[in-house]
Amino acid sequence: MDEISRRRWLKSLLGGGVGASILSFLYPILSFVLPPPTQGSGSESQEVGQAEELKPNSGIVFQFGTQPALLIRTPEGELRAFSALCTHLGCTVSYEADSKVIWCPCHNGFYDLHGRNIGGPPPRPLPEFKVNLRDGKVVVSKGA
Amino acid sequence: MAFSPRAWLDERLDLAPVREFVEHKSVPIHRHSHWYYLGGMTLFLFVVQAMTGILLLLYYQPSEANAFESVRFIMTQVRFGWLIRSIHGWSGNLLIALAFAHMFSTFFLKSYRKPRELTWVSGMLLLFLMFAFGFSGYLLPWNTLSYFATMVGTNIAGAVPGLGPFALRFLRGGDAVTGATLTRFFGFHVAILPAVIGPVLLLHLLLIQRQGMSVPLSVEEECRAKGTAPPSIRFFPDFLLRELMGWYLALAVLAGLAALVPWELGVKADPFAPAPPGIQPEWYFLFMFQTLKYIPATIFGFDGEVLGILAFGVGGLMVLLVPFLDRAAAKGMRSKIVKRAGVIVVIYILTMTTVAYVANLAR
Repeated sequence: MDEISRRRWLKSLLGGGVGASILSFLYPILSFVLPPPTQGSGSESQEVGQAEELKPNSGIVFQFGTQPALLIRTPEGELRAFSALCTHLGCTVSYEADSKVIWCPCHNGFYDLHGRNIGGPPPRPLPEFKVNLRDGKVVVSKGA
Repeated sequence: MAFSPRAWLDERLDLAPVREFVEHKSVPIHRHSHWYYLGGMTLFLFVVQAMTGILLLLYYQPSEANAFESVRFIMTQVRFGWLIRSIHGWSGNLLIALAFAHMFSTFFLKSYRKPRELTWVSGMLLLFLMFAFGFSGYLLPWNTLSYFATMVGTNIAGAVPGLGPFALRFLRGGDAVTGATLTRFFGFHVAILPAVIGPVLLLHLLLIQRQGMSVPLSVEEECRAKGTAPPSIRFFPDFLLRELMGWYLALAVLAGLAALVPWELGVKADPFAPAPPGIQPEWYFLFMFQTLKYIPATIFGFDGEVLGILAFGVGGLMVLLVPFLDRAAAKGMRSKIVKRAGVIVVIYILTMTTVAYVANLAR
């Protein structure tokens, strides 16, 4: 009886030791595979170019920090900027001059010129950025 | 009846032969059997290398512009990145040290004798492949030391008569050591060499399984005199548990080194900067590197370096073919010449390596 319980105790000690070792390997491995957070998401504000370069009823995609953004000039001449990442699955949207909408080609999603989702699968409006003019240059900034 | 995974598998795969094998597999036990653990410890470190290598691949970027920065990112930004890289660096070196020890122990115990000639040959091929892993991996952080060591190493390969010019361009991916060399070495290190070493390692292990452990000649003679077989222990669990202690020992040394002496990153390679003093290859190539320094430029009208490289080539080939050269061992006898040659080789390697280190320290 004593022999059996001693054996069982040794076995559980051995198994526990090996198991604890494996756990101690897993913690650094799991921490390693998770990438560190990127240093912020880029600048808070950015110059995009001369305002007159963008004609009414047109739009351009530009790099804003680490993400693409869309600057449009409505047919009425108003400048607006949005995140260019479709809220459905993250494809980059573009301005469609013919139908006067923002369009995502991946799954045929549509947004109006205020960035509101109006057709197709996008679940939410596009986040909007603030647009200011400084000496004739367009400045886009976060926190609209 | 309760569900039993073992019964479920058994019903589908018929594991009876495996159980039979595991139950009956035994390992001879005698006064030299501690040498048996070196092979298992080498294998353990190989697994560590494969796993940490795969992890490093998640962040490493094999290009001239990004290689150094990506390794620095791993070491400074990624959690436990310094540890994983340090383990990879130290484990690679410990692995080769253990492989050397394993090779010399099997050499002096004459484990290569008939019928284990192919086990020896496959083991030597594994050692050469480890060297190739070490040489190709050394360049990957793209630091000054590794850049110039690769320059020198590939130039040595380029000096081989006949094959040299091909080898040089093949290794470098061009005429000079550039980003093309880095990409190529990365390909060797993570794709070609693993694809080659896999089957060779499998063959080595299969041969050991098939033939069992070799019993040294002296033990065999004693047993013959007594008319008994050498005592043995069961592989599972007795030998495996002892083997496990060897793995833990290797792990303890590895963890200690990796944590207390982290593997350095150095300075980013600049191909247009002069080579700094103290450029040298990894320690396991040092004895050859140091020998080439002592060989005069010309010997009897021949290029001294070429002769040196040829001599090492012939030496390597002789070690590879030891089981076929040592005819006495095949007949169960000891050859004094082979033993003395082995001792001389060990002393030579140790002396030249020490001289190289001391010369570097003095500088």
